[in-house]
Amino acid sequence: MSDTVSDTVVDTATMKRPAEAASVPHPQPPQPSSTRRFGVTPMRIALHAFLIVMALAWLLPVGTAFYNSFRYYEADTQPNGAFSWPETLTLDNYRDAWNVGEMASTFGNTAFIVVPSLLLTLLLAAIVAYACTRYSWRFNIAFLVLFTAGNLMPQQVLFQPLFQFFKRTPWPDLLSDTDTGSLLGTKIAVILIHVAFQVGFCTFVLSNYMKTIPKEIDEAAAVDGAGVWRRFFTIILPLSRPALAALGTLEFTWLYNDFFWGAVLLNRGSERPITSSIAVLNGQYASDFNLIAAASIMIALPTMVVYLILQKQFISGLTLGASKG
Amino acid sequence: MVGVPAALHIALVWIPALLTVVLSFAEWDNLAPLTDIRAVGWRNYWFIFTVFEGDLFAALFNNFVLIFWLGICSAVGMLFAYLLDKNIRGARFYQSVYYFPVVLSLAVVGFIWKSTMFSRDRGLLNTLWPGEPIDFVGDGTKIFSFNLPFLDPALGLSKNFAALLVAMAWRHIGYIMVMYLAGLKAVDPALREAAAIDGCNEWQAFRKVVFPSLKPITVIVVVITAIEALRAYDIIAALNEPRGTDVMGTLVTKSLLGEGGGRVGFGSAYGVIMLLLCLGFIIWYVINHYRETAP
Repeated sequence: MSDTVSDTVVDTATMKRPAEAASVPHPQPPQPSSTRRFGVTPMRIALHAFLIVMALAWLLPVGTAFYNSFRYYEADTQPNGAFSWPETLTLDNYRDAWNVGEMASTFGNTAFIVVPSLLLTLLLAAIVAYACTRYSWRFNIAFLVLFTAGNLMPQQVLFQPLFQFFKRTPWPDLLSDTDTGSLLGTKIAVILIHVAFQVGFCTFVLSNYMKTIPKEIDEAAAVDGAGVWRRFFTIILPLSRPALAALGTLEFTWLYNDFFWGAVLLNRGSERPITSSIAVLNGQYASDFNLIAAASIMIALPTMVVYLILQKQFISGLTLGASKG
Repeated sequence: MVGVPAALHIALVWIPALLTVVLSFAEWDNLAPLTDIRAVGWRNYWFIFTVFEGDLFAALFNNFVLIFWLGICSAVGMLFAYLLDKNIRGARFYQSVYYFPVVLSLAVVGFIWKSTMFSRDRGLLNTLWPGEPIDFVGDGTKIFSFNLPFLDPALGLSKNFAALLVAMAWRHIGYIMVMYLAGLKAVDPALREAAAIDGCNEWQAFRKVVFPSLKPITVIVVVITAIEALRAYDIIAALNEPRGTDVMGTLVTKSLLGEGGGRVGFGSAYGVIMLLLCLGFIIWYVINHYRETAP
């Protein structure tokens, strides 16, 4: 296995060379030549028109929700329409949604679940990935198969046995804010299942990435007397930083957006993370669409901000998993 | 140390999945002690395929509609990627716009669409809809339906599920687009040049040269699309599972948590059907991946 790893590294290195060499004889870069070839043709204009119309259509739901979240529903949007000039602009919808949805505490619940889940997942996944790619033991392929397949499993299939398992696992109430005496209904149960589920995907991506780190770096450090853990923390982890950053942003949104586990494992509404608790608003304010819009905007805000700031990491995270397909 | 994540993964993912298979052959009220579990053979399956066939087939039909629909969306995503890969000005901007719904949770997508698009009075879908205004969340009447000889209630696509399909497309297309964009960037430009020199027109070059070289991405996209469609749950549950929008995911949780509650056998049997539907795609994906990396 160790041989094939280094082989693939060499292979991809040599594969790239002919393509680069082929592009050398052409002195002009491809960019100008292709714009000259297409120029401002009718096809080009049609393409741009299509893309702009589509972009507007894509922004329409969120844009309308954002605009109307600052207006009263019954007094303004309902009689005048969603696109009319506003009679008054207000933050009342945000205030009401924040209070009724108890968003201060549900945002806190989300943070309590997402941060430990994220850190634990990345650390464990990095360790397994390192072991899988650096040490040639027979089971590493089997492990990756197990993780990859497990990650695609439908959550509903796991739910009932897990529910029973958590219910029957004693857990001191001191360490959680429930009074059931078991893991069921605690955020720790949700963290555990998040880690167990996500560690598969992360291991898969990180092991693909770590295969591209030359083995020689690792071996040289070993010869110099660095132990396994030292090599892992001072060499492999820093070198894997791009992959870790990409995975981190991606996993953040996935964990933040989780709906299922928060809804089924945290049976008490006040314990739920923000995404699962939005259903409460839907029940109580089913007809005040602008209040629901305000709540949606607030819930969407953290992931939108992360996306806008770390867009590059985000997209490379998605494609990292696919690149080795 | 390597054992910890593996043990966690096996204990909390694989063993529960196997236990669900076991429980699907048992009868048990989940409030009763474990000793009350009684083996009943295939009885749960017999029940859901006869007595509850209306629920089961309506949900399966919705899941299959979803697979078909998200498949179309994946093709659209590929088209978007292909257009954006044409070296056009502002490609980054378009990419960000098409992709951003992917960062929203499906529950929030459901709420945004509910608040702006679906409502009967002011929803934007109703301004496009030619007929009488429709409550796109609540209206469970069918757009079309057909009868199967062995099934009593007619199968069909309800209006509210169709509305949810539009919302899901909004999120799915950008996701697939990004996957294909990465794939297209990796296609060797020399291949396209060779095709152009050989006199291929654009469609021929795409079909014979570009698309085949995207095969690894296509495998992933097919698997993601199918699994996403089979385990759809969030957007439906967040809107309180309106009538006519049941899928396998909601059937499982309903029989485990719903008012009747405690029908662990039925819920598990639904879950096993869901698992079997996913399993083919999972195995295909794993084989495809490891055929390339395995020694």
